[in-house]
Amino acid sequence: MKSWIAFWSILKKDIKNYYLKPPNISWGIIFPLSWTLMQMIRSSGGVNLSEIREMLPGLMAMSILFGTTSMLAVTITFERKGRSFDRLLIAPISLGTMVVAKLSGAILFGIFNAFVPVIFASFFVDLAGIKWGAVLLTVFLIAITSTLLGLMIAVSAKEVFEAQTFSNFFRFPMLFLCGLFLPISELPIFLRPLSYLLPLTYGTDMLSGSIIGRSMLSPILCVLVLLVFTLALFTLCQYNIRRKWFL
Amino acid sequence: MNTTDIVTVTNLSKEYGDFTAVKGISFSILRGEIFGFLGPNGAGKTTTINMMIGLARPTSGTILIDGFDAVKKVKKAQSIMGIVPDESNLYDEMDGFDNLCFCGSLYGMRKDEREKRAKELLEEFDLIKAGKRPFKAYSKGMRRKLTIAAGIIHEPEILFLDEPTTGIDVESARQIRQLLLNLKQRGTTIFITTHYIEDAQRICDRIAIIVGGNIVANGTVPELMESVSHGHSIQLAADKDLEPLAEELQAHFDGCIVKTGTDHTVTLISKEQIALSPVLQYLDSRGISVYEAKELRPSLEDVFVKVTGIEAIELKKEKDKGGMLK
Repeated sequence: MKSWIAFWSILKKDIKNYYLKPPNISWGIIFPLSWTLMQMIRSSGGVNLSEIREMLPGLMAMSILFGTTSMLAVTITFERKGRSFDRLLIAPISLGTMVVAKLSGAILFGIFNAFVPVIFASFFVDLAGIKWGAVLLTVFLIAITSTLLGLMIAVSAKEVFEAQTFSNFFRFPMLFLCGLFLPISELPIFLRPLSYLLPLTYGTDMLSGSIIGRSMLSPILCVLVLLVFTLALFTLCQYNIRRKWFL
Repeated sequence: MNTTDIVTVTNLSKEYGDFTAVKGISFSILRGEIFGFLGPNGAGKTTTINMMIGLARPTSGTILIDGFDAVKKVKKAQSIMGIVPDESNLYDEMDGFDNLCFCGSLYGMRKDEREKRAKELLEEFDLIKAGKRPFKAYSKGMRRKLTIAAGIIHEPEILFLDEPTTGIDVESARQIRQLLLNLKQRGTTIFITTHYIEDAQRICDRIAIIVGGNIVANGTVPELMESVSHGHSIQLAADKDLEPLAEELQAHFDGCIVKTGTDHTVTLISKEQIALSPVLQYLDSRGISVYEAKELRPSLEDVFVKVTGIEAIELKKEKDKGGMLK
């Protein structure tokens, strides 16, 4: 009961202090919207509406990845620098409860980000036939793994600018390796194994299957792999936190 | 562990690579007392407090807090602690009331319970009007007071304070000292680090002086002062120069060391208690009127200078810079 009070309080505080601030809400809307518009405007200069549905899986995955990693890495680094984070470390709640509370805000923000392109697309194309249950599950799993990647950055960064730099260091290569812009089968052969080491590859594939009915891997395999990534990243983050935050 | 000890630290050490910040220190804190930790910069005070509150892991040694191993059962120990760090680290965007409620929730306090307590604390700390203002708009003194309030919202059995009066105005410092004494009266044990020797002398029941990771002195204020005392001293101020009488006084009061000053003063030092009336009668018989007599006692600053080797002048310079003995 006591842990739940603390958990809910940390989550509520983060949502109120960070995620519901006007700049972050507008960022959460504008960023996915910009990606959508950018993809819609093709080399011919015209807007290709028929391809919006094709683009949705990639746009949703990118929106989640950028939303979660940026926000969590920056907010934790910011709190650590101001030492308000010490309040959470010395509170009589388990490290796991505290970490999950911090992750939850970013996960919700990532889910919100994911559905901005969907809402936008719904004005232009018919979204019938999408397996919404599978989409929701996939969005949730991508949000968790991306948030955990953000936490890994936050554990290593001491300054906010460091967190931003580290984030981009792995985010951009990830975008090109996970099959968002280029199918994995078209990547140079030596890069392909790397693609399968990225959680986003499995998330994007699941989204493609649920939205446009095209996927290369079994959805069950993708869910299992994403769950394994979640557990592995969570364990690694806890280990790093104990090593780096408790001197 | 003594049944009256709330904290027992034994052979506590902390190493960072080749550097040993804390070198096997041992001390205990009695339930209900104010225990002070004094030491120059880099002495190991913050490292020690961080190990006690669970922010740093000891290399060796044990810390028992209310019977719990504070290293192995850190969360259990943290549940009875209140912690006030050296920097006010509440949330800038949140107002005073919300900050207090948030801190209460981290200790599992229910909404109604923490709101009631937050109101009480704002009133007690004279922050009612500021309760709805964001923390970033607070003055340094107000920030400090609210940080202390946040540290005690869950009514901890032991409160750890790192430099509670540093960098704040005289009135706020006075209020904080009074608040700490009030907390002590209500039974809270307080562990405090301070670089203000006067603060330590005024409010601490016992003091440990730490230098280079070692505790070099530990005891009650009178005990520490006794350790540098060479006996009893009285100083008399008279209406005439006492220099011509120095030898006569020395001969008359056998066993006393007599030192005359330039400002019509004389100091008598003895291993035994010095009775004042024979001295006064003797001087009166020589036509000298005494208008002031006082017993000279060593100060805590004398103790500090003696055990740390830091001269008083250096102490003052550091104090003026605002960072002494942290």
